[in-house]
Amino acid sequence: MTTPTFGHVELRAGAYADSVTLLQVSRAVQGLDGVLAAQVAMATALNIEVLTEMGFEVPTEATTNDMVVALRLADEGALAAALAGVDQALRDANRRPEGSSEVAAPRTTGSALRRTAGTPGDEIVVVSVPGPSALVEAMDAVDAGRDVLVFSDNVPVEQEVALKRAAAERGVLVMGPDCGTAVVGGLGLGFANVVSPGPVGIVAASGTGCQQLLALLDHAGVGVGSALGVGGRDLSSEVRGASTREALRRLDEDPAVELVVVISKPPAADVATEIEAYAASLATPVEFALLGEGRPDLTAAAESVLRRLGRDVPAWPVTGEAGRGSGAIRGLFVGGTLKTEAQLIAAEHISGQDGGHSFVDFGDDEYTSGRAHPMIDPSLRLEHLARAAADPATGVLLLDVVLGHGAEPDPAALLAPAVAAVDQPVVIAVVGTVGDPQGRDRQVRALVDAGAEVHLSNAGATRRALELLGDNA
Amino acid sequence: MSNPLSTPGAVVNVGADLLADAIADQATPVTRVDWRPPMTGTEADLATVAADPLRRTANERALAAMLDVTANLVDVAPASEVLGLQRGEFLHAGPPIAWERASGPLRGGLMAGAALEGLVDDPEDAAALFESGSGVSLEPCHHRSTVGPMAGVVTPSMWMFVLEDATTGRRTYCSLNEGLGKVLRYGAYGPEVLTRLRWMRDVLGPLLQQAVRATGAVDVTGILTQMLQMGDEAHNRNRAGTLMLLRDLAPALVRSAAAPDDIAEAFRFIGSNDHFFLNLAMPACKLALDAARGIEGSTMVVAMARNGTDFGIQVAGTGDEWFTGPAQLADGLFLGSYGPDDANPDIGDSAITETAGIGGFAMATAPAIVRLVGGSVPDALATTRRMHEITLGENPRWTVPVLEFQGTPSGIDVTKVCRTGILPQINTGMAGKVAGTGQVGAGLVTPPAEIFPKALARLAELTRQRQ
Repeated sequence: MTTPTFGHVELRAGAYADSVTLLQVSRAVQGLDGVLAAQVAMATALNIEVLTEMGFEVPTEATTNDMVVALRLADEGALAAALAGVDQALRDANRRPEGSSEVAAPRTTGSALRRTAGTPGDEIVVVSVPGPSALVEAMDAVDAGRDVLVFSDNVPVEQEVALKRAAAERGVLVMGPDCGTAVVGGLGLGFANVVSPGPVGIVAASGTGCQQLLALLDHAGVGVGSALGVGGRDLSSEVRGASTREALRRLDEDPAVELVVVISKPPAADVATEIEAYAASLATPVEFALLGEGRPDLTAAAESVLRRLGRDVPAWPVTGEAGRGSGAIRGLFVGGTLKTEAQLIAAEHISGQDGGHSFVDFGDDEYTSGRAHPMIDPSLRLEHLARAAADPATGVLLLDVVLGHGAEPDPAALLAPAVAAVDQPVVIAVVGTVGDPQGRDRQVRALVDAGAEVHLSNAGATRRALELLGDNA
Repeated sequence: MSNPLSTPGAVVNVGADLLADAIADQATPVTRVDWRPPMTGTEADLATVAADPLRRTANERALAAMLDVTANLVDVAPASEVLGLQRGEFLHAGPPIAWERASGPLRGGLMAGAALEGLVDDPEDAAALFESGSGVSLEPCHHRSTVGPMAGVVTPSMWMFVLEDATTGRRTYCSLNEGLGKVLRYGAYGPEVLTRLRWMRDVLGPLLQQAVRATGAVDVTGILTQMLQMGDEAHNRNRAGTLMLLRDLAPALVRSAAAPDDIAEAFRFIGSNDHFFLNLAMPACKLALDAARGIEGSTMVVAMARNGTDFGIQVAGTGDEWFTGPAQLADGLFLGSYGPDDANPDIGDSAITETAGIGGFAMATAPAIVRLVGGSVPDALATTRRMHEITLGENPRWTVPVLEFQGTPSGIDVTKVCRTGILPQINTGMAGKVAGTGQVGAGLVTPPAEIFPKALARLAELTRQRQ
């Protein structure tokens, strides 16, 4: 050292703190003004050696039960403050730290399932992470033997096949990927309507198709115990109905289910044969509602289910009355299956010719990348509604409103004023049940008050729109 | 198997909160996963490995194999006898490395070892010997069923603890712990280091051999069970374990044929070295983890080790391949006037304890250790809980009282590390970066993150090859 400094060494007999605490104390004291070096330690042989190397003279009477306070200071005047700093640091080291011992949330599905293992009741997992990570989370559920709903889309088909193969080995049901709706033992998952328990079990490859069926059956007084989504590709030749089989098996085992309905696009031909054979082997009758060109629509499927159960087919409710229009239909939809159904009915009506009608599904990937689904965020469709209304070629506006858990809490709040501002007739299919959290009847009333004609049946709404155009179509 | 028509009692939601809200609105309890994107570029490999049909059962087997092992101390003997280590053969910590890339403390340890074996008279002369490479060879401890703390240098005349799995007869080895401060394993090679090593070779080793042979097998796994309930996490704190070992060996030590002064010195040496048991905890952990090696499809880490330059891991499903990245600097407290500039990057095989679920993973049972980084008791609890996020299961024998006797987080899963970005937490000592310095501090460290995606990529490649 070139500048004169002041050294201070003191023994504190009987004082004890563990070495880690003392390291921390030493570090704190070193940070004080006027302190060049500080070492507070128990006087073990090793520590005495360290102190000696630092240039301190430790009294020879020191024993391992003594605490040594060794300070090198700029000058003697800093001593009192430095010793006060030592005492403060020793007190601080023993202070109860603040901070929460609250348990952090699990970071993976597997961790969540492990934490709740052993709690009573079956757990189910809902996955809606981005597609590239969906299989990994869903596989945690399969590993734990838990059923899983995969809401995520953009899952590669080979991953879907692998996931469902693993699930089949474990007797696990995979709903999805891209499964928007399920009702499991009365619990709604994803976008699901509130329904009463009843004799019908549904296996659905289509979310909004399933919701239309739930709404129509509910109106007819027929409950649904479970509606199990399987994902739009389940009956493709790659996936081969893996989830459809498991869903059918589960519903068949439930004594409360009298009739199972399968809603899907027509399966790949070879898969259809396999699934039909499997369905025929079950004790519970299975009704296939396969949607597509030249096939019955969803409302016809619901009617067929009612007849098979021996129930009366009610008149599907229509509220309000739209005036006639001139031009073409502009169909602005949030439900993909509902849009396709409307498109097929319109095409049939005009014998395949282009009547100038157009139908858009705002739930399609091209409209949802980077934004929420239109069932949650209506702004994009409202924008297009105003644009279509300003187009003189627009003869009738045809819309859907899908209610249920997860959907926009009050869709009419924004849609009704928009409808009121439209000159053309507006026909809306409100797909929902009286039990839905949005209050179906209140939604219908608000839309009718705004001038719309509201149907429960999407097929009914579409036919009515065509009818309003009359010979102009 | 679930029955879909019974109402689910609870839901686990991973992803959009809105979907969880919709379930909560139906008066059903929802656990919300705090999901975040995985480590960059790992999505495809994670999916491939998750879909590997071998993975689930392979990991169940790996975890069970590890947890089933009971490690007994059965002998103490020179490395030349039990490992067949020849003159000029040196074992070291961590993944393979040559002298050219070796860090200061590893070089210092090797120099001390060369002097101990009489290859050179002055340790300083050993540097030229290792540079020339003539008559000397370096090999990782892990390649010889051995683990070594810090530099981990093992030479033929060093006495080794011999641990055995009673069921299979498999064995692992570790040298005797020298204590703290200026010691070989921290890279010191001064006269006091060599004097101590010679005493350990000539007096302590033979005495412990007599004592262990007279006592019979000592259940090291059982001592670990107890010490975890006594404030030790068995990496940076081994106080209770050391004293329990001394208790078990004391009768045989006293009855041995050695001179009373030597026995007294052995008692003093072991009793005053809080880390003496570390060299039993480590081979016990290795014995357990080695049981999981070579299980095809398993994503469980079976070794984490550092040589002062590289940090390496080995995985059950990828054989003996090392996945390495740069060793990190520990965050902690320094001895005397040492500071961060004096510290060498992470070194030693002692992270085998964390690999087996203790050490940093059992921080909650040793709250004092968390002060190494100026943390708090809640930090210690949070650390152990966080390690459960990246492990396959819990150890039913090794439990943490303050966490309601929850088992320690066991079996690090490469996929879970990549999914969560949570890195294993390691408690460690810090060696001086200049050869000959010795210990400069202690603290907390993690592996370099990139080694986990590397291991994952290899697991994914092997999965694809099997398809």
